[in-house]
Amino acid sequence: MILNIENDLNRFKEIVKGKVRKDLRRYMSSGEMIGRQGNRRVSIPLPQIGIPRFRYGKNETGGVGQGEGEAGDPVGEPGDGSGQAGDQSGTHAIEAEITIEELAEIMREELALPRIEPRGSKQISSQRDRYTGISKLGPEALRHNKRTFREALKRQIASGSYAPARPVIVPIKDDKRYRSWKTRPEPQSAAVILYMMDVSGSMGDEQKEIVRLEAFWIDTWLRHNYKNVETRFIIHDASAKEVPRDVFFRTKESGGTLISSAYTLAVKILEEDYPAAEWNIYPFHFSDGDNWSANDTQACMTLLEGHLLPVSNQFSYGQVDSEYGSGQFYKDLNQRFGDDERVVTSRIPKREAIMDSIKEFLSNGK
Amino acid sequence: MAHDGYFFRSRRGLPPELVEAQVRVEAIAKGYGLDFCEIVFEMCDYDEINMIASYGGFPSRYPHWRWGMDFLQMRKGYEYGLQKIYEMVINTVPSYAYLLDNNTFMDQKLVMAHVTGHVDFFTNSSWFRHTNRKMLDQMANHSARVRRHIDAQGVSPVEQFIDACLSIETLIDPYLHHIRRSRSRSESDIERGSLQSGVVKLPARSYMDKYINPPEYLAAQRAKQAREMHQMQRFPESRLRDVMLFVLQNGQLARWQQDVMGIIRDEAIYFAPQAQTKIMNEGWASYWHTTMMTRDLLEDSEVIDYADHHSGTVTMRPGSINPYKIGIELFRHIEERWNKGQFGKEWLDCDDVVVKRDWNTEAGLGRQKIFDVRRTHNDVTFIDEFLTEDFVREQGLFTYEYDKRAGHYKVDSREFRAVKQKLLSMLSNRGNPRIFVTDGNHANRGELELTHEHEGSDMQLQWAEQTLRNVAHLWGRPVHLVTQVDDVRVVLHHDGTEFKADGLKKRRRTKR
Repeated sequence: MILNIENDLNRFKEIVKGKVRKDLRRYMSSGEMIGRQGNRRVSIPLPQIGIPRFRYGKNETGGVGQGEGEAGDPVGEPGDGSGQAGDQSGTHAIEAEITIEELAEIMREELALPRIEPRGSKQISSQRDRYTGISKLGPEALRHNKRTFREALKRQIASGSYAPARPVIVPIKDDKRYRSWKTRPEPQSAAVILYMMDVSGSMGDEQKEIVRLEAFWIDTWLRHNYKNVETRFIIHDASAKEVPRDVFFRTKESGGTLISSAYTLAVKILEEDYPAAEWNIYPFHFSDGDNWSANDTQACMTLLEGHLLPVSNQFSYGQVDSEYGSGQFYKDLNQRFGDDERVVTSRIPKREAIMDSIKEFLSNGK
Repeated sequence: MAHDGYFFRSRRGLPPELVEAQVRVEAIAKGYGLDFCEIVFEMCDYDEINMIASYGGFPSRYPHWRWGMDFLQMRKGYEYGLQKIYEMVINTVPSYAYLLDNNTFMDQKLVMAHVTGHVDFFTNSSWFRHTNRKMLDQMANHSARVRRHIDAQGVSPVEQFIDACLSIETLIDPYLHHIRRSRSRSESDIERGSLQSGVVKLPARSYMDKYINPPEYLAAQRAKQAREMHQMQRFPESRLRDVMLFVLQNGQLARWQQDVMGIIRDEAIYFAPQAQTKIMNEGWASYWHTTMMTRDLLEDSEVIDYADHHSGTVTMRPGSINPYKIGIELFRHIEERWNKGQFGKEWLDCDDVVVKRDWNTEAGLGRQKIFDVRRTHNDVTFIDEFLTEDFVREQGLFTYEYDKRAGHYKVDSREFRAVKQKLLSMLSNRGNPRIFVTDGNHANRGELELTHEHEGSDMQLQWAEQTLRNVAHLWGRPVHLVTQVDDVRVVLHHDGTEFKADGLKKRRRTKR
């Protein structure tokens, strides 16, 4: 059957790609679909175009919920209450459990990310066999009994020799089915992700939430590409220190910002624990772009140039806009390393921009 | 069947065991007093059912990218295992219902029972009385008309125009068929005639005249008359809810544009009752599928699967309301109250908790009551009349607010009045701001003035700006929107190219 929807679907895809109706691009957002990974919810990006309508601000109205909790307790993000007109379908959202592998596959599909090429020829991938299919030939040791008997049953029913009263099923040679395998390269290499975040007073909760979401997706993708992934976390204001993961996303400091302090610590950690010959190194730095002084920025550039870039696969800088940040560091970096492939900068003004920024970070395949 | 042929090229009827199941389900449903028209079930694979669902239930709609967008979303949701559509039913006569072909037999029975509930609701709820039951033909008709306009005008102009119309799709009058909003022309003409003949004096003999009709009285009469004259010269005479109709009748539109806008308005009006009765309709259908499944249809071996499916339907997520759940529980609550006679003056006047807890007059009126309720109520009146304090407590309902300082939503109150108030405000006008046409000839320059009836929540200004831009395109002249931001009156203007906001504080000015 030919689906009438194909035309509408293609039209939508063309609009999303920007081939037609450029005026609509302004309403585009990366919508989302919610799944669950362990205890946390993850959103899967989907392109969406919103038709502008008069409506209330997002956090204006509140709503009614059902469940536990006393007045004052936090509730989870409520679903968008905007139902589709005339939607009488019995749609049930299933809280699906998604594996990291599936998530990464979704990312690859949605963001068209290339597979990462591990650095250097030393990092040879190992071969690994995986049983993925079924074939009619194979060694007896790999016989798939269930499939074999199913085939036999089918044959007997078709030929009329099956007696439901006395179900005796005898497979013959043609019925036999065997597990078959495919040999796939498995990345054997290891990678370390070094997250650095500015926790000075100007980074608010929303900014940190953006960093948290972004880090989740970066983790997912890199874990998909490397067998061993280690993550290290550095927070900094005027001085830097290494912290565990949960502290990383919660800390709120105040005071000034010396970005170089973080870079110095990063260089130290890398030198001590992660020799560049054995590790693929991914430093990510998130900040609102305010540095204390031009001198310190200069120091950062020197550290990057001299120590960080030579050992890293890619240095990524994500700038989260805050009310107070000037965003100067983004400009400085681009000025200095604008043509350098090893440095990727991205601006993440709001949550909706996360997917685009991940794409910027990861689409080099490095 | 009248609709044979233009459906699917490969429409599939039901396999024999489901035909049998349908006969059984319908016989049982009729036994319970459900009253429904002929139901035609179609088997679909998931791409087909996703397609039909993205078309809002109708396989032939006019071409538009948003169906494609919805389809993509549903298909992805299915492929990633996040959501699944079991069934889809449309409000037509005969009613068409689509079944997913890889449902289990138990699922199919459940869905059939659920569908009979929906169709009974469509047939009997007075809110559906005016819907077009031949909508399948009508939609196909609309599609043909839009395609013809596309052939004449090109894809992009028509599509762009549809997009603009969709911006005001929600600005219709959902009570169109139920309330008479304006006096008919002739009536007001007659009155106008009488007003023009001069000041109306009370009848009095000449020597009493200056007492019965003193100068102050005459002055007041004159002022009142002037006011009424002024009112009449306004256009529209009083504020209008149906912004779309007003633009359709008075905007600067070409013939094809009028036709397209009329189509979109027709379809929006057709779907309006479904949005107005979402909780009731789903609650009613769920009430019947549970009743029929557990009492009549379920085999022993299916119990676990049934429980799994049903609990998936009525599961509550923290922080949102599931219409299936609230609907079915409220219907059950009503049934129990009327069975025990917990209604009327004596019940309301009783203050004794213990007496109320054990109250049971064995009235046995529950079943009959819920049938009456499904006939006359919509979601707003349903909640308004039957939501009780006990119910709110039993179901653990609460209101939540956004805590700006903490940056997340928090439980605000479990108090009955607050919950009810919030539910009602979410349901009235489907949680959208109410917008009226207040002047169709603003400043005597043919400009359109819309007014937002501010009910405590501010509008999203960026969206308002974009919407206004579309309205300006439709109206053909500058448009204005009167609203409030941070408790200050703000007027937004758009002339089709430029946006301006008067009265807005600097900080909140939109960025774009």
